[in-house]
Amino acid sequence: MKTVEEIKVAIEAAVPGAVVAVAPNPSPCGQHSLRLDAAHAVAVAAFLRDDAELRLDFLSNVTGVDWPDKEIAEKVKVTRTVTKTVDGVEQTAEETVEETRKRIEPGCLEVVYHLYSMEKKLGPVVIRLRTVNRTDQAELPSLTPVWRSAEFQEREVFDLYGVVFAGHPDLRRLLMWDAFKDFPMRRDYKDPDDYEYEPTAHDEVLVRAQAHKDREQGTATPASKDCSPGTPAANSEQGLTTA
Amino acid sequence: MSLPETITEKPEGWNRPRLIEPQGEGELLEVAMGPHHPSTHGVFRMDVALDGERVIRLKPVFGYLHRNHEKIAEGISYLASMPYTDRLDYICPITNNWAYALAVEKLVGQEVPERAEYLRVILGELTRYQNHASSIGFLIQEMGASGTPLMYAFREREKILDLFEELTGARMMVNYMRFGGCRVDATAGWLDRTRKVVAGLQGFADEVDQLLTSNEILMARTQGVGVLRADLAVNAGITGPMLRASGVNYDIRKVDGYGIYNRFKFRVPLGDHGDVYDRYMIRLLEMRESVGILEQALKDIPAGPVMDPKAKIRGFRPKPGEAYGRIEAPKGELGFYLISDGGPNPYRYRVRPPSLINLTVLEDMCLGSDIADVVLIFGSVDIVLGEVDR
Repeated sequence: MKTVEEIKVAIEAAVPGAVVAVAPNPSPCGQHSLRLDAAHAVAVAAFLRDDAELRLDFLSNVTGVDWPDKEIAEKVKVTRTVTKTVDGVEQTAEETVEETRKRIEPGCLEVVYHLYSMEKKLGPVVIRLRTVNRTDQAELPSLTPVWRSAEFQEREVFDLYGVVFAGHPDLRRLLMWDAFKDFPMRRDYKDPDDYEYEPTAHDEVLVRAQAHKDREQGTATPASKDCSPGTPAANSEQGLTTA
Repeated sequence: MSLPETITEKPEGWNRPRLIEPQGEGELLEVAMGPHHPSTHGVFRMDVALDGERVIRLKPVFGYLHRNHEKIAEGISYLASMPYTDRLDYICPITNNWAYALAVEKLVGQEVPERAEYLRVILGELTRYQNHASSIGFLIQEMGASGTPLMYAFREREKILDLFEELTGARMMVNYMRFGGCRVDATAGWLDRTRKVVAGLQGFADEVDQLLTSNEILMARTQGVGVLRADLAVNAGITGPMLRASGVNYDIRKVDGYGIYNRFKFRVPLGDHGDVYDRYMIRLLEMRESVGILEQALKDIPAGPVMDPKAKIRGFRPKPGEAYGRIEAPKGELGFYLISDGGPNPYRYRVRPPSLINLTVLEDMCLGSDIADVVLIFGSVDIVLGEVDR
């Protein structure tokens, strides 16, 4: 079987303009993957399926992965000129100070496809696609026209992660109900406050149960009633009534 | 039947369900079959549009049993997910354990001792046998033979579940495998009792064969019903007995040879027509092949430890990386995809459920057939809702 580097070369020769990067996997199983650009993904997928040598006719598994925005704190040494008054005389001096700067590394949503060949009995070849960000540009091309097995699995990724697959023939929620608004598998997902907590010995649950009870009875301030606009709590209440 | 020569020559949208025009002036009847329908295998709904008795459109609706198993697994340690995997496909918990253990072992490069590999094969094949037996029982039940044939299958299944109970402490929720082996060793007495049970299994397959294979009613109801073409089956990612009934020779036990499967001699039964009858027949033949593997494994099983003594149990933190491990579960390819970020919990834990993906072509198989056959076709897919909805 071809290595990922050889497959990369073959793709670049067959699909002009395709950007392919090898994503190494340090695990002992050595399943390295290929990161494709969204613009050429469908053409590359069709090539992988139909190429006489690879014949990856079987798309086994479609996985969504969430990589949230990361806040990275870095310590930077900064030199600046400071004016000081020493013994009544103004002096300028250079001073080096260590500052902590925070920058935000933008996150993305990733979809991982595991391909096998039923004809050649080869595999797996792993390809990955990444969205631009996690909010307004979470769109990727659908590979369902190439492999039908992506149909339900892409619907599931759309349902649980919020990746919008352009060109999917029937993009609806798969497991959650249609009126549900949030994406439960995202790592920053918060449970909606829409159910009663059972009496329990766990302090954490008791605190939440009390908070829920307060909100039910209207003793809480209106500001804390809906956690914030567009939160899962508000959305799923709406969802329960319409579903 | 062989694989299509060139997929590129096929017209656009060849792998989509075809559109059927209603005949005559009659109104379409829309029926929601389920979620509480006596013949569904759990809480599952099919929204069917009917033109008289004929199915014009069918949309499966999922999620009634959804508990976000994958999210739960991201919040607990690797080993703590093991008992949860029992609850995926609760008819075959052993193979779920095996697939998960295999994926983690791939992730960390863990070896498994020989005796443990043999025990895994023995338990895995017993699981396959009882799954196929009860699946045939359910199929007959859905054809209208209420009760008795299913109880015949369950009588056989119960013998196997008794063995599971003796070895693992539970009939179904076994929680048996560990990363690098198995939890407890089998005693000599258990192996003897297993040999005794296995000696009777071929007889039950004969009994089923005599009763059903050339039964006129079964043939009339199943032959030519719910046909699945080989090219569509491959494109739609169908695996397991359903794929092989369509004539595609793909058994992961042969292809990957995971565990020690290359040591055993067994054949892969293949169908010709890809209809419900072929699926029944493939399951019956696979039961016979499983008995063959069991006899070989029970003869050769060596002494030794069942757990790698070097396997790390406490403080189990795989190095960053990812792995996809898959096995031939009784229902198809069961895979687990794990991403580790170096922590004690998996960063991403994904189950590739064969039951869900095999339902992709349910609409294609049902279109144009009678509403009574939909129940049969659905039964021949062999699904468990615990795995579909996760």
